[in-house]
Amino acid sequence: MAITRSKPKMGIKERYASMTRDLGWETSYQPMDKVFPYDKFEGIKIHDWDAWVDPFRLTMDAYWKYQSEKERKLYAVIDSFAQNNGQMGITDARYLNAIKLFITGVSPLEYAAHRGFAFAGRHFRGVGMRVASQMQSIDELRHAQTQLHAMSHYNKFFGGMHSSHLMYDRVWYLSVPKSYFDDAMTAGPFEFLTAISFSFEYVLTNLLFVPFMSGAAHNGDMATVTFGFSAQSDESRHMTLGIEIIKFMLEQDEANLPIVQRWIDKWFWRGYRLLALVSMMMDYMLPKRVMSWREAWEIYFEEAGTALFEDLSRYGLKMPKYYEVANWEKDHLSHQVWSTFYNYAGATAFHTWMPNDNEMEWLRDKYPDSFEKHYQPRFEHFIKEQKKGNRFFNNTLPMLCQTCQIPFIFTEPGDPTTTCFRETHYKGNRYNFCSDGCKDIFEQEPEKYIQAWLPVYQIYQGNCGGKEIEDVLRWYNFNLGEDNGEYLDSPDYDLWTQWKESQSRAV
Amino acid sequence: MSVNSIGDYSFDSRDKLENFHGAMLVFIQWEQHLVYCAPFAFPLPPDMLLGDVMKNIVLPAYAYHPDSEKATLEDFEKGQWLLDNKPLQADFTKSLAENGVKHQSILRVTIPGLDGLVGQGSAA
Ligand SMILES: [Fe+2]
Ligand SMILES: [Fe+2]
Repeated sequence: MAITRSKPKMGIKERYASMTRDLGWETSYQPMDKVFPYDKFEGIKIHDWDAWVDPFRLTMDAYWKYQSEKERKLYAVIDSFAQNNGQMGITDARYLNAIKLFITGVSPLEYAAHRGFAFAGRHFRGVGMRVASQMQSIDELRHAQTQLHAMSHYNKFFGGMHSSHLMYDRVWYLSVPKSYFDDAMTAGPFEFLTAISFSFEYVLTNLLFVPFMSGAAHNGDMATVTFGFSAQSDESRHMTLGIEIIKFMLEQDEANLPIVQRWIDKWFWRGYRLLALVSMMMDYMLPKRVMSWREAWEIYFEEAGTALFEDLSRYGLKMPKYYEVANWEKDHLSHQVWSTFYNYAGATAFHTWMPNDNEMEWLRDKYPDSFEKHYQPRFEHFIKEQKKGNRFFNNTLPMLCQTCQIPFIFTEPGDPTTTCFRETHYKGNRYNFCSDGCKDIFEQEPEKYIQAWLPVYQIYQGNCGGKEIEDVLRWYNFNLGEDNGEYLDSPDYDLWTQWKESQSRAV
Repeated sequence: MSVNSIGDYSFDSRDKLENFHGAMLVFIQWEQHLVYCAPFAFPLPPDMLLGDVMKNIVLPAYAYHPDSEKATLEDFEKGQWLLDNKPLQADFTKSLAENGVKHQSILRVTIPGLDGLVGQGSAA
């Protein structure tokens, strides 16, 4: 019997072709339009699907190899973090409230991204895009899992981290990230990628990633830092998918431009509103600050974003609508948001507190045009009352924006003392919005947003566990008196103080 | 096009009036008092007197603000009112409906001289 020599190894290009395009075919038993029913209704015209090539030319076999190596390293670090009582190394237990927000508001988005990319990975008729989306789908599932694992160690000691997915589905402020992602997932695959891969991962991601990962590093949270490193190479692939999909749509047909521009306008604004949560984390929740929200916005959006859109102008794309409003809000956003969560500390699964003297000084320094005049008096009042034993808890429920679902806490552009209201009417009903950006999004697709599950109004309709606020908080699965309330009155604070005292006694 | 969809797509408003068990959603804000971060949302019967809404619901809700001690119910009635962005001559002896308040309406009131913690324009 003749011995056949094994074939020589394939080069990257060849392997990419055989592991992507060669896996697809023109279907003949069923028309392609029936096999791929979702890639035309959005109005995007594609003439040559093969024109899209993954710049990384990553194939599944290589993908598995890379990812399993990263996984091994990550879990080795997570294990030693737990064994060495890594929780003792953080700057201050206040820091963990950022982690609580992350695990309830961001990790479930990773899981949602896994689902969204699985959908895209099934429904593009171009094989290259399907494979790239499938790999991202697996990445995102891995992100959700590794975040839960990395942070689970803190859950052994601190409140607010025990029911992240249930809370994501029910809790009032978590409807902001949830509705953002549900909006993207219920669009077609092209809009989904424009929303998540481009508008979020390419344009805005640094505003999430930098504060969380540098914030973790600055504050001694090695669990999160390690996760961040492990996700980094995925992120660069995801960002590339984002920019490539935009270029691909714009190169394929001129008629795609207005659709893409409308999506970018929409998803810039939705993503920016979502980042309101990050702004307060940067300016208030990190015991050791990385940079201010204002600085981050200037570097990552005003500079980098402007350069990006200048570059994209050759396709006819313009800066996203209402970016000027976001630029104006950089002096106010974090303070308005922190003030809101201080108001509603009774109904959040993380703690809030007032900044100390050093932190007040930092805020004055970073926000010379706004903090001292508009926010310091408010905070000093809170502090004064709190010292008298009269910590403020706002016991009413707030009015919500129909689109972004955030309470009406934002002020008129140019006027930080007057709440901003916009409205529209649709089929005989009135709808209210926090901004022109949110109003425009509604008016493009009112039939979608009239179904919005707005937490406050759902409570009033009787759909959230009962009439009393306490019933609702139980339905949220809060451990009352542990997960919610003022930081200084929390079990977290007590435990941390005990640890620190016994540490200093040991020294 | 009211939505971009693959087929027929038509839904009821999730917050239609009928879902609120006889009440309507009303939003109320004492302007410039941003210690309270956002306007309040209340489910209120349309035939409730505006005066009762203010006395029994809104004023107690603002109790933490130092200005609330300085403002009487009368001051509020004489204040400058906006109903859905239009000036309103508020009548506390009439019902919400008689004052023109509808489902999802926004009531905003300003009392001249009571401008929050540190005076006009500071919004606290
Ligand atoms: Fe991810
Ligand atoms: Fe909004």
